[in-house]
Order: sequence, then C-alpha cells, then structure tokens
Amino acid sequence: MTTTETPGFEVDPALHRTLENARVNVELDNGDMILNLGPQHPATHGTLRLVVRLDGERVVAADPVIGYMHRGYEKLSEFRTYPQITTLINRIDWLSSFANEVPFVSGAEQLMGVEAPPRAQWIRTILTELSRIATIYLFLGEMGLQVGALTPAFWGFRDRELVLNLIEGATGGRFHPNFNRIGGLKDDLPWGWISECRATMDKILKGCDDFEDVLVGNEIFEARTRGIGIIPGELGAAYGVSGANLRASGVDWDLRRDGKPYLAYPEIDFKVWTHPDGDSFARYWVRLQETREAVRMVIQLLDGLPAGSIMAKVPRIIKVPEGEVWVEVENPLGQMGYYIVSKGATGPFRVKIRSASFSNVSILPWLLRGVYVPDVITIMGSLYFILGDIDR
Amino acid sequence: MGLVEKGVFGKKPLKPVTWLLNYSRKYSLWMFQWGLACCAIEMGAALASPRYDMMRLGVIPFPASPRQADLVVISGTVTDKMAPAIRRLYEQMPDPKYVISMGSCANCGGPYWDSYSVTKGVDQIIPVDIYVPGCPPRPEALLEAIVMLQERIQHEGIGNDELAARWRGEYVPVETDRTPVQA
Repeated sequence: MTTTETPGFEVDPALHRTLENARVNVELDNGDMILNLGPQHPATHGTLRLVVRLDGERVVAADPVIGYMHRGYEKLSEFRTYPQITTLINRIDWLSSFANEVPFVSGAEQLMGVEAPPRAQWIRTILTELSRIATIYLFLGEMGLQVGALTPAFWGFRDRELVLNLIEGATGGRFHPNFNRIGGLKDDLPWGWISECRATMDKILKGCDDFEDVLVGNEIFEARTRGIGIIPGELGAAYGVSGANLRASGVDWDLRRDGKPYLAYPEIDFKVWTHPDGDSFARYWVRLQETREAVRMVIQLLDGLPAGSIMAKVPRIIKVPEGEVWVEVENPLGQMGYYIVSKGATGPFRVKIRSASFSNVSILPWLLRGVYVPDVITIMGSLYFILGDIDR
Repeated sequence: MGLVEKGVFGKKPLKPVTWLLNYSRKYSLWMFQWGLACCAIEMGAALASPRYDMMRLGVIPFPASPRQADLVVISGTVTDKMAPAIRRLYEQMPDPKYVISMGSCANCGGPYWDSYSVTKGVDQIIPVDIYVPGCPPRPEALLEAIVMLQERIQHEGIGNDELAARWRGEYVPVETDRTPVQA
C-alpha cells in the first residue's frame, strides 16, 4: 500500500459562481453555523458526537468527538486471566461478538504452541461467517433507514433473528457467545444444527434478493448514495480504512485471502468483491455481495466439516509463556488485530487492540468536507462503524 | 393538571377516575431511547423486529425529543463522559417520568466494574424504576420490564396525593400485585 499525500478540498469554481449569484442580502451574517450531531442521535449508531461547521447546507469542517463509549478494554485486560478476557472482548464490536474472540484466542494459542483441532477451526469459521452475516444484515436494513426507507430496517431485524437463533443454538449465547476456549471450543454443534443452518441460509439468500429488489436500483436510494462520499482507494488505505469500506474503493485486499492463513479460509473457495466507485452506493453493494459470499462459504464449510475432537490438550490453569504476538483478521467491519505481550503469567502483560472502526471514522473529517447536511447521515451510515469498536 | 392537584370538585378523585387516568397513561408511554452500547441493539430488536414488536404494548418509541417522553430506557454502558448528558436529558423530561435501566452495565457497571472510565450504575445519576438484568438482556426481558412498569403505573393512587407527589417528581412507593413495597 503506497501512501500518498492528502489532497486538500478544492471548491469547484463553477459552484463558487452559483453561490455568488445566490447571495442576495449582503447584510445577512454569513458566518458559519456549528451543528452538533450527537452524542445521542439515532443516525450515529450509538454515541458518536460529530461537530460540523456549516456554511448554509454545506459542511465546511467536521470533527468527530469520540470517547463516549470508552470502557478501557486494554487496561482491564491487564487485570484479567486469558479465559476471562474473551468475555470482555466479545463486547468490543458487539454485533460480531464471535469474530472478536477468534484472533485473541488464536494469538494466545500461538504463544502457547497449541493448535486447535481441525473441527474446532471449521466450527469457528462457520460461526465467524454467521456473525458476519448478522452484522452486515443490520447494515443492509439500516442503510435504507438512513435514506428514509423504513421497510428494509424491519427486514434486517427479522432475518437477523434467524441467524442469532443459529448462534444461540450452537453456543448458548444469543449476543455474546463467549464460546471459544484456548485450544478449541466449549461444545460441539448440537443435533440437527447443520440442517437448520442450511435452511436458514436459503432464507438469508432470499432476504438479500429482497434488499436488492427494494434498494439497489431504487431511484431515491441511488440519488442519495451514488457519487456521495467518495473515498479514493489510495487515500483510504493511507488513513487505515479497511474491510468493505476499502474494497468498495477498488482495493482488492482481504485478510482472509491475503493475510497470514487462519482458520479454515485457505481450504474453501470464495471471491473477494470489490467495486471501483468508492461511494456510499459501492459500500452498500459490496456488503450485499459479501453477505451472499458468506452464505456460500458457510454452505461449503458445512459440507466439508471434518470429524474429530473439538478441544486440544491444554493445562487446566492456562499460563502463557513469555513472548509477543500480533494477530490480525478480517472482521465484518474491517481489519481487527491484537498485539499480545505475555510475561508468563495467567494474564497478559499488555494487549493492544487494533479495531477497524477507529480507523474507518478517522477519514470522516476529510470525507465530510464539502458535502451537504443530509448526506452526512448517509455517509456515516455507509461507513458502518460500531461505537464500541471505535472507543474500545 | 387540575384533576390531580385539586381533585374533582374539590374532593378526592373517585376510584374510577383514578383508574381511568392510570389506564390511559400506561398504554400511551412515550419512550425515549437512550441506546448506548450492546443493549441498544437488543432494544432495537425489541422495538423494530417483527418478532418482539414493543408497540403492541402501547409503547411509542419515537418521540422527537426528551421533552415529549414519559419513559427513558438507559441501555448500555454509562461512561463518566456520558453521565452529564444523561442527567441533562433526564431533567428535560416532564414529570411524571420513569426510568428503565437495561443491562448489567447500566445497573451496576457489569463486566467493567473495575474500569476507570465507566460509571458504576446509572442510579448514581438518576433514579431508576425498573432494573433489567442481563448482559445484554433478551428483548423479552425488556418487554417484561415494560409490563411491570405498566402494572406500577396502574397501581399509582391519586387519592392520597400520591400521584400529585409523583407529578412533582418525588419518589412514591407503589404496591402492585407482584412487587412488594420498597422502603
């Protein structure tokens, strides 16, 4: 990834002329207006506060104020043992809880020199992809809500329940499974789960078709999202934007395929979807395709699920030997990584968490300059961040 | 409200009047959503998903501002940075107002009981009527909390100036069929 220097915002001269013509009353105060979005605003997915400076309808500057959901995960991790930390890190990105656990647990496993058995790896992959579907499904619905369509939001919640039922059936936890153990999983899949999962996947695919019918190609939706909030690929990479937001800018980069091999991803066939445009619509479209791809992956994984045990042999009291490890994976929101430093105790000495949304919102000040106020909401919706993932 | 403060024709309101007033109030709760963390998604599922559908209980979840709300659901972790905003919006709500604290974080700090940035319980800032345990509670638990709150509202008396006190924002213990009186 080459870094380029940040281009400044340039006002179109033709646009300037229009603004000049529109200025009728010269005595009007044309000072900028400060608008405070949040910290409690329905469109901010939680408690992000955004201070925007407006010139009429146009945003001159935007400044995200974060920290309203800072819970101190990195400090708390220093006072917990390894099995206890999975309870905490479930709640970083609360929509895809299972996917958060996997990199931390595999990091601890790498330090200990333990490897989870193949069946555990495959079940982990299945549940990760299910939580990806559950996460993105909410986005697919909420994005309709941002442009004023209420129906997709209900659909998103409706079909997401089916996936949550699956996760609950397998792990016992509807929202925060806490299912990973160092060296494997807590339990095997229950009876009948696989056939139920297949049936649900069909429903999910049908739901994707519904979203596509209603939103993609809809004139209002396209008018609100096409050409709005364009992130150039190189600039996005320089800001650290990752995941579907970057792939929507035409950068073909997915840690499941390009990163260090993890879980069962090297053994299954999947396509990484990209879109050349980089606007809000592209981000929606890429996530829609990713949901379908995740369904395809889940079906492949169910077909090839190996037999065997689900837990490697690990000592009863887990002590991780001295060392450092950096694990990064492709989470539903983007690149998520843990840097674990161990001093040989039952808990880590230091954990640095790299979460996707923090880097994704860091582009907001650049991205929101020059857009209109209603588009602020759609752009923020299309970036799709989770506040726990920003503030940690 | 004259009915509550002065009574009917200078006397205590009759029991049917009390009943009717409380009955009307309990099925038109305007709920201000204070979605903070994980619980906000479960609250959203309780509100927006067809499976749970809170509106059938008479809860209207979309007031435009806290000044129109009867009920606020604090769902999620309250941090010290967020606490002043919660207090401020609570004070903007008109009396009588009710608070549901949803989830372990809002109840007592939850898994962040030793965190340096988390307020250990929203009841340190504002009075709470119903606590919903869980991390996060299932949507059914929130529905149960709404039903409990409605029972409570139904049993609030007018006759002994109780409701008038409630209107002024004072705490009044209420005895319902299922909850014992709290001192």
